[in-house]
Order: sequence, then structure tokens, then C-alpha cells
Amino acid sequence: MAQFFYHTLVGQICLMLLETLAVLVPLLIGVAYLTLMERKVMAAMQRRRGPNVNGAFGLLQAFADAIKMIVKETVIPAGANRGLFLFAPFLTFSLAMVAWAVIPTGNGLAVANINVGILYLLAISSLGVYGILIAGWASNSKYAFLGGLRSAAQMVSYEVSIGLVIVSVLLAVGSLNLNDIVLAQRHVWFCLPMFPMFVVFFISALAETNRAPFDLPEGESELVAGFFVEYSSLAFGLFFLGEYANMILMSSMVSILFLGGWLPPLGIAPLTWIPGPLWLIFKILFCLFVFIWVRATFPRYRYDQLMRLGWKVFLPFSLLWMIGTAGFLMVTGLLPHSGGVN
Amino acid sequence: MMAQFVFYIFATVLLFSAAMVITARNPVHAVLFLILAFFNASGLFLLAGAEFLAMLLVIVYVGAVAVLFLFVVMMLDVDFGQLREGFQKYAPLGGCVGGVLFAELVLAFSHWQMAPGRAAPLAAPGLTNTAALGGIIYTHYVLLFQACGLVLLVAMIGAITLTLRERVTGRRQNVTCQHARTRADTLEMLELNLGESVAERGGFLRPKGSYNEIAVPGSFGLVPENPKDDVASNKEKGA
Repeated sequence: MAQFFYHTLVGQICLMLLETLAVLVPLLIGVAYLTLMERKVMAAMQRRRGPNVNGAFGLLQAFADAIKMIVKETVIPAGANRGLFLFAPFLTFSLAMVAWAVIPTGNGLAVANINVGILYLLAISSLGVYGILIAGWASNSKYAFLGGLRSAAQMVSYEVSIGLVIVSVLLAVGSLNLNDIVLAQRHVWFCLPMFPMFVVFFISALAETNRAPFDLPEGESELVAGFFVEYSSLAFGLFFLGEYANMILMSSMVSILFLGGWLPPLGIAPLTWIPGPLWLIFKILFCLFVFIWVRATFPRYRYDQLMRLGWKVFLPFSLLWMIGTAGFLMVTGLLPHSGGVN
Repeated sequence: MMAQFVFYIFATVLLFSAAMVITARNPVHAVLFLILAFFNASGLFLLAGAEFLAMLLVIVYVGAVAVLFLFVVMMLDVDFGQLREGFQKYAPLGGCVGGVLFAELVLAFSHWQMAPGRAAPLAAPGLTNTAALGGIIYTHYVLLFQACGLVLLVAMIGAITLTLRERVTGRRQNVTCQHARTRADTLEMLELNLGESVAERGGFLRPKGSYNEIAVPGSFGLVPENPKDDVASNKEKGA
């Protein structure tokens, strides 16, 4: 068996497919239950019951929604650019999936443990804007177009501070490999020494995934539903899935960069009995809960406030913090030397 | 064999999309093909073992530069038919420029040596190409790198100067001023006896002092014309 999987081409391809399925199937189930979790948590915060009809505690609600969405008719607007109109949701969805290739769920447990893992994540998340921009343009509708433009400007702005936050973490790690980033947090999670960066990253993650209070791209009061206003049926469903998968992805990035990934909070006995992947899942769930909590709590930002926060508060602050981190590590001699640079 | 196969796929798509960039009728399609070209080029970088450059190409060009291209092209109303009219007139000139650039590339690749004297130690085993690039750029050639940064800074300042307009009518929110406002500064509660009209007491809940003294007329909470005087006058009112 091992001979087949590791030493023949067909076997390696099969292994790759199995590994991919092992990541994607739990992810999609996670997305389905995230929608339910969001409705349940928000209902609890607003003293309602939330979905409770389909299955026990409404557990089958997500699947009922999915079936409803699939059997609806796909409507393509007459003036739309047909090819691009259909391409946009597939792009959004597949980008949200491929990013998971590098997420380590345990020591060395990733589909692809590559040297530049964090750059890969940054690259994939910066591509996410195209799905939205193309959807907005191809719909040939002014609401969709405005939503797309807003979203593009918003995501590009917040990517800058996300990049700088990541750089300050990388300075302390000395490697771009996600596995190394987690292992560097054996003694202390980065959320403690870099607490302000943790907060900046989390808020930027909210903006990057177009979540409340930064959900201006779909500001329903002025843009109907934003960039996906013309979408229906499965195409809409793909956007929806992509958006929630992105939320989980961003939560896992927060967990890996700041909350010690698969590591337990303390390296002592009862905590180390729980396997690493479960710790990662707990941390992701915690981040998702905060995502939902924020949505249930804060009103939407105005667009100029959003831009001001990104460019005039987060960017200078994270730049300053990055320089401060570099200076501190240099002075104390803690700067990690990777790959033996002379 | 696998790598060769993938190389030819990337290379074919790259050449095809590069050709489509200049032949596509719709400018938005042209930019999307440009993005596809960038993407395939980064795939080629990956195959060559330059994973850092590949990711950088995607992050910088696809993730930021091309988004702005797309932004502009989508918003502009470009009539490509009109642009195409001068094609035959400008074709020889364009051909010349292309030829010169190609000749320069050939010359550069035949005679140019990258980082002479530094290449050997950096090719050491176990050194990732991220670390190697970092060593070259930030340690050995730091002055040149800083000079590049200065050029970019000048370009940035130039772009800002060209586009910055101080609009007299601009309504800009002063966030500090906004945050400093408290309920006591702006509202007062009126106690009314039964049957007494609010109008007799001068109206309902309203900003303390005159509305016009707190902000510029018609823009409540926005920056007054001379903020200092205004804050002072507000304080007097409060005292």
C-alpha cells in the first residue's frame, strides 16, 4: 500500500486527491454549519431562537438552504457579459478552497508544506478581489458595479496593513513557512507580545472578508445587495460559500499567526492530550464567534470612515510597530537568522 | 517529464494571453488577459524554483497593480474603435520600440552578470531563495535599494501633488473634534409641566447655544472654518 502511494505516479496523484478531499470535505461541512452557527449565535444575542425547525436544534437548516438554492433557476441578466458573469463566482469559490492547501493542522500536517506559505496565503487572498470586481462589472448593473468598486478599494487598502502585520510577525519568526511560524510560538503566543498587531490584523480580516462592520460592498440600504445583486441560484450559492470559507480561512490565519496554531496554550499534561488539529479548530471557532459577535454588535461604518481607519490609522501604526519590532529584535540580539545569511 | 508538460502549458497560455492583451476588443478583457499572463509567468517562476519571486509577482502585480488597472479601465469609457484608427500609422514606430527593447534584452542576457562576486556564496545549499535575495538586496546592495526607494518616493509625491485639490467646499470630518463632543455639549433636557408647549420654552431637545455657532451652517459636526475660535466660544457657553 505504502509502495503504491509513495512510489508510483498514479499512487501519488491518488494520495494528493485523498489529501485534498480530507481538507475540503470538512471545510465545506464547516461552512454549512458556520451559517447555522451564525444564525444561532446572533439569535441568542438578540433573544430569539434562530432556526429550530429542520432537524434537532435546526441542525439540518444549512442543508435545507443548500437544496433550496440549488433547485432555483439561474437567471443571467440580458445585458450581462455571460462568460465573465459565470466565471466570477467560480473564481471566488475556488480561491477560497485552494488557500487551504498550505494551512498546517498539526506539526507538518499540511497538504503542501511550502517555504513561502504565508506569501501564498497573501497572494490568494489578494486575488479574492477579482471575483468581486468581475462580478460587479459583468452584471452590467450600476448597483453591482458600485458594490464591486467599493469592495476592490476596501480590500486593497486593508491588504496593506495585513501585509505589514505579517511582516512584523515574520521578523520574530525568521521564516515564511507556516509550520515554522507556529513552532516559533512554543513558548509564548504572538498575541501577547504583539497584542496591538493582533487587534489590527483581526479588524483588517473583518474588512478583507467584507464582514460587518465593514460590509459596505453589500450595503443593502444603498446598493440593494452590492456586487451579487444580479446573481441567483447556484452562482449566488458559490459566492456565499466562498465568503464563509474565506471567513474560516481568515480565522485560521489569525490562529496560526497569533494564537499558536495547533499548539496548546501550555505544554502541560491535560492540555497536551488533546490532539493538535482539535486545538486549531477550537481557536478557529473562537475567532469565528468573535466575527459573529462583532456583526451582532456594531453598526456599519461609513465609507470615508472605513478608508480613514485603513490608511490613516492602521497603516502608520502597523508600519511604526514593524520598525519598532525590527529595532527591538536587533538591539536585544533576538533577531532570528534564517538560512544562515552572512 | 511532468515539469516539462506543465512548463509548456504555462508557456502556451502565457503567450496566448499576452497576444490577447493587445488584440482583445474590450479593454476590460485585455486587462483580464494581462492578469492571466502575470499568473502564468508566476507559474513559470515556480517551475524555475524561484518561489519567492512567483509569490511576489502575484501579490504585487496581480493583487495590487492590476486591480488598479482594472479599476481605471472599468470606470473609463474607452472607445477602442477610435484608438484602433491610428494603428497603421503608429505600427512602424511601435515595431521599432519593440525591436530596440528586444535587442537590449538579448544584450543584457548575453553579457550581464548578476551580482558579480556575490553569486557564489549565495548559491550555498540550504539557503532558501528568500534569504538569498534578502542578503543581496538588504545587505550588499542596500544603497542602491534605498536609491530605488527614493525614486519611488519622488514619483509618489509627484502623483499626490498632481492630483491634490484643496476644495473650498470640501466637507471633511474632524474626528478628534467629533470624539470630543459629549452629550452635555450638545443636548439639554427640558422639564415640561403638563399642558405646557415645548415651543414656549424655545423648542425641543436641541444643541446648546446657537446651532450655527457650533458648526459651519448646514454641516453639523463638520470642521468649522476656524476651529480654534469655535472651540473657545463653545467652552465659554459651557462655563
